[in-house]
Amino acid sequence: MADKMDLLEVEVWDGNMAASQAFRQVQIDVVAAYPITPSTPVVENYAGFLADGYVDGEYVMVESEHAAMSGCVGASAAGGRVATATSSQGFALMTEVLYQASGMRLPIVLEVVNRALAAPLNVNGDHSDMYLGRDSGWIQLDTFSPQEAYDLTLMAFKIGEDHNVRLPVMVHQDGFICSHTAQGVKTIDDDVAYNFVGEFQPFNAMLDFEKPASYGVQTEEDWHFEHKARQHNDLMTKVFPQIQSVFDGFEKLTGRKYRIVEEYDMEDADVAIVAMGTSVESVRIIANELREKGVKAGVVGIRVLRPFPLTELAKVFSGVKAIATLDRSSPNGTVGMLFNEISGVLINTNDNPIMNNYIYGLGGRDLTMDHIRSIYDDLIVNAEAGALQQPLQQFIGLRGPKLSFY
Amino acid sequence: MSEIKKIKNLKEFSTSADRFEGANLLCPGCAHSIIVREVLNATNDDLVISASTGCLEVCTAVYPYTSWDASWIHIGFENSSTAVAGAEAMYKALKRKGRLMQPERTPKFVAFGGDGATYDIGFQWLSGCFERGHDMMYVTLDNEVYANTGGQRSSATPIGSSTTTTPAGRVSYGEKKNKKDMLAIMAAHGSPYVAQVAPNKWKDMIKKIQTGFQTEGPVFINAMSACTTEWKFAPEDTIDISDLATDSLVFPLYEIIDGKEWNITYRPKNIIPVRDYLGAQGRFKHLFKKENEYLIEEWQKRIDSNWEYLQRREESRV
Repeated sequence: MADKMDLLEVEVWDGNMAASQAFRQVQIDVVAAYPITPSTPVVENYAGFLADGYVDGEYVMVESEHAAMSGCVGASAAGGRVATATSSQGFALMTEVLYQASGMRLPIVLEVVNRALAAPLNVNGDHSDMYLGRDSGWIQLDTFSPQEAYDLTLMAFKIGEDHNVRLPVMVHQDGFICSHTAQGVKTIDDDVAYNFVGEFQPFNAMLDFEKPASYGVQTEEDWHFEHKARQHNDLMTKVFPQIQSVFDGFEKLTGRKYRIVEEYDMEDADVAIVAMGTSVESVRIIANELREKGVKAGVVGIRVLRPFPLTELAKVFSGVKAIATLDRSSPNGTVGMLFNEISGVLINTNDNPIMNNYIYGLGGRDLTMDHIRSIYDDLIVNAEAGALQQPLQQFIGLRGPKLSFY
Repeated sequence: MSEIKKIKNLKEFSTSADRFEGANLLCPGCAHSIIVREVLNATNDDLVISASTGCLEVCTAVYPYTSWDASWIHIGFENSSTAVAGAEAMYKALKRKGRLMQPERTPKFVAFGGDGATYDIGFQWLSGCFERGHDMMYVTLDNEVYANTGGQRSSATPIGSSTTTTPAGRVSYGEKKNKKDMLAIMAAHGSPYVAQVAPNKWKDMIKKIQTGFQTEGPVFINAMSACTTEWKFAPEDTIDISDLATDSLVFPLYEIIDGKEWNITYRPKNIIPVRDYLGAQGRFKHLFKKENEYLIEEWQKRIDSNWEYLQRREESRV
C-alpha cells in the first residue's frame, strides 16, 4: 500500500513535477519509461516517489522509447492503469507503437513534454513532436501552464479509461517554458484526486483467464477499413461528451474551469490569435493591453487538438474579421497546421475572415510581447482593409532578412 | 509454484486439450505449429502469449478468427518480448495491490518470435527484457530465414543457404556468413536457463520447456523449426528433416544453466554426415555442384568443431 503525501494547498512545481504528482496520485499500475530531455524529470520524480514508498506499482526502466510504449501496450492489454512520458526523438521512436496502442483501444496516458525534432539537434521546446502525433488515433490535450499540466494529466486518465472511450491520451506541455518553470500549483488531496479519477476498470484484460482475448490481430481489405472507421467514429462521437463531463466534474471539485475551446474575450472580437501551449497565456496579456486601448482583441487556445473541435471553433470565430494562426513547428513546405485546420473550420460558414499564418519559436526561440503586438497590428490592418495586407505566411523572431511566403 | 504437468506418452501428450487450435493458416508441414503445441501443452497453467510479426502471427489471428484459446497479443515485428514483459509487470503490480481477477491462478508469460524477430530486428528489446530479468520465456521459432516475407536472409541463415536476398548464382554460393550464436549471447545476459530444442525430440523438448516454466526469470529457448517452403523439402518430411538436423549435430540439443553449466541433452547413437542433412534440402542444392563441394567439407569441419566445443564446455563447468 502506497503512503499518502501531505501536500500544501499551493505547491511550487514546474510542469514536470506537476505531471509526476498527477501520475503518483492516480496510482498507476505500470509505468514503462525511458528518459529524454525535457521530460526526464517526470520519470525521475516518479522513481523518487517509488523509492520513498509513495507509489506501489511496477516501474519498468526499459532500454528505449519504442520499448517504453511496447511495454505500456502489453501492460495495458493485461488490464491496468498505464502511463509514461517522453519528448521529441523519443516520441518519434515510439511512433510505430502509438498507432498500435490506439488501434488496440488501450487507454494509456502519455505525457509529451514538447520539444523540437532534429536535425539539427535541439533540446528546447517547440511543437514538432505534438504535430507528429496528430494522426495517430490518440486524444491530444494541450496545456499552457504547470497548473494545467497537473489538472489535465489527472483528467486524462478519467477521459481515456472510460469504457465508452477506451482510447489513449497525450497530455502536452511546452518543453522548458512549462516543464522547467516553477509556478504556484493548487493541489488536490491524494484521496480526493484518486477518487475523482476512480479505480481502473479492466476491459477485455489479458489477465482475465476466464475470457482470453486476442490483441493486435490482422485485418486486410475485408475488415481493416471498418476497424479504422469505428475508431474514428468513437473519436468523433464519444470523446467530446466524456471530456465535457470530466471538465464539469473537475470544476465542481476544484472550481477550475476547462473548456474544449479555450476562448478568451471572443464574444465581440474583431481580431483574434489562435495558439497552443504557453504562448496562449502570453497572447492573452497583449489582448488585455489592446482591449484597454479599445481594440476588440480575442484569443483562442487549442485545448483539444484531437479530436479536433471543428464545430465549436466555428461558433467561437463567428463575426471575427481577421485571424492569425500561430504554429510552433516547421511546416516544411506548406502553411502551418493550425492555418489549415482553422481554414477548415471556417470554409463552410458565412464568415469570411482574413487569415494569416505565423511560424514562430522553433527550437525554443522566444516569442516576445513585441512579436505578439506586431501580429495584432497586422490583424488590425487586415480587418480594416477587408483583405490580406501582408504575405500569408510570415516567420517571426527569425534572425536575418524577413522570411515570408504565399 | 504450480505443479509440473505429467506427460506419460506421446499419445496422451498429443491428445491433451489444445489451446492452440489446428485451425490456422500455417503451411502444411510447418514445424511452427508442432513447436507451439508442444510449448503450450507442457503446462496446465494459464498463459499470456505474445507473438512477433511473422508466420506464426499472420497465420493464427486473422480477424474475425483466432487460433489462440489463451490470452494473446501481437504488437510489432520487434517487440514480442517487451509486450509480454509489460503484461508480466502488470501481473506483478496487480498481485501486489490485490486486484488480480483470479488471484489463485499462476500464469506463465511466453513470447514467440521468428529468427528475424529474435536475432535481428528485436534483438535490442530481447536484450533489455533479459537484462531486467522479467519472469518470462522467450521461444525463437528458428527457421533460419525471413519466411513470412518470402525467404530473405536473416542473421540466423547459415553459410551457403540460397535465400531471395542472398541467392545462389553464377558467381555466388548464397549466404556468406555463418549464424549468430544466440544461445551463448542470451546465456551471457545472465539468463538462468537457455536451451536449444527440436520438435522431433519431443521428450527432450518438453523437459526443457517444463524446466523453463519452473525457472524464475527470463528463459530463452531456441527451437529449430524446419521450413518446408524455404528449406525446400516435401511437407510430409518435416520430422525426417528435423531428425537429420539433430542427428548430424547441425542443431545440437543442449542447455545452459545460469550461464555456466552446459549440458548436452541428446547424443545421437549414429552421427550422420552433414552432407546428408544438406542434401535433403533445396536451399543447399547448389552446394553439390563441383565448384562448391569444398563448402560441404567446411560445413562438416565446422559442425565437428562446434560439437567438440560443446563437449568441452560441458566438461569444464565454466
